[in-house]
Amino acid sequence: MTTGDYHFQRRQAQRPPGSGFEFSAWFFMRVSGVLLLVLAVFHLLYMHMVIRVENINFDTVVGRWTGPWGVFWRLYDLFLLIFAMAHGFNGSRYIIDDYIRWRGVRVAFKTVSAVIAFVLWVMGAYIIFTF
Amino acid sequence: METTLYNIFSMLRYRGREGHWAWVLHRVSGLGVMLFLLLHITDIFLLAFGPNVFNTWLFLFKAPPFRVMEVFLIFGVLFHAVNGLRVILLDFAPGLGRYQHVIVWVETVIVAIVFVPAAVITLAPLFG
Repeated sequence: MTTGDYHFQRRQAQRPPGSGFEFSAWFFMRVSGVLLLVLAVFHLLYMHMVIRVENINFDTVVGRWTGPWGVFWRLYDLFLLIFAMAHGFNGSRYIIDDYIRWRGVRVAFKTVSAVIAFVLWVMGAYIIFTF
Repeated sequence: METTLYNIFSMLRYRGREGHWAWVLHRVSGLGVMLFLLLHITDIFLLAFGPNVFNTWLFLFKAPPFRVMEVFLIFGVLFHAVNGLRVILLDFAPGLGRYQHVIVWVETVIVAIVFVPAAVITLAPLFG
């Protein structure tokens, strides 16, 4: 057994010390993770097993947002968008930190992923409230 | 570049039995689901261009190769969700670390119970 790069394994298994940004990020991953366990898994199983992919089209998606449960679905999708993007963006940040050693490239990757996350947040929120 | 590749491959070196493989899968599934999320928000944004554009592009997801990708997505989301719960459990109740190998197997069973029927339902249309 080697233990040379054991530290890779420790990040998610150990709470970062103190109460700074990294602790908040660690805590956020736990809270948003539990929320997404409900929001994302239900969304996935509902859309793929109940509605089914072959029945999804413009009318089914827009109809869900404008139907009698419209307000519920808009808020549901907005929460899912906000938490999934934030959780995924922070997770990408951990992966970038772990595998990209050259500082300039690391900063570039993080900047690009932050821009992508922001743009997709705006695009997603815009479309949820368009119809 | 070599260091990055070295780091990525060293991740696959045997270090800690079940927990180690769960950790590798957690990273890979997280990244995969994140990449799908980028595609998914973009495709939903196509609604802004009206029914014709949206319905035309959505045919892509109904094609057979995408049904196979869908199975990977379902596995990724389910595994990441249940494994994340295991990570949280061990973070807040470190005493359970003694049973961590058992917990990974319990987790595998829970994922399989939901994943296997979902995969069969998803792939069934491909086989008529």
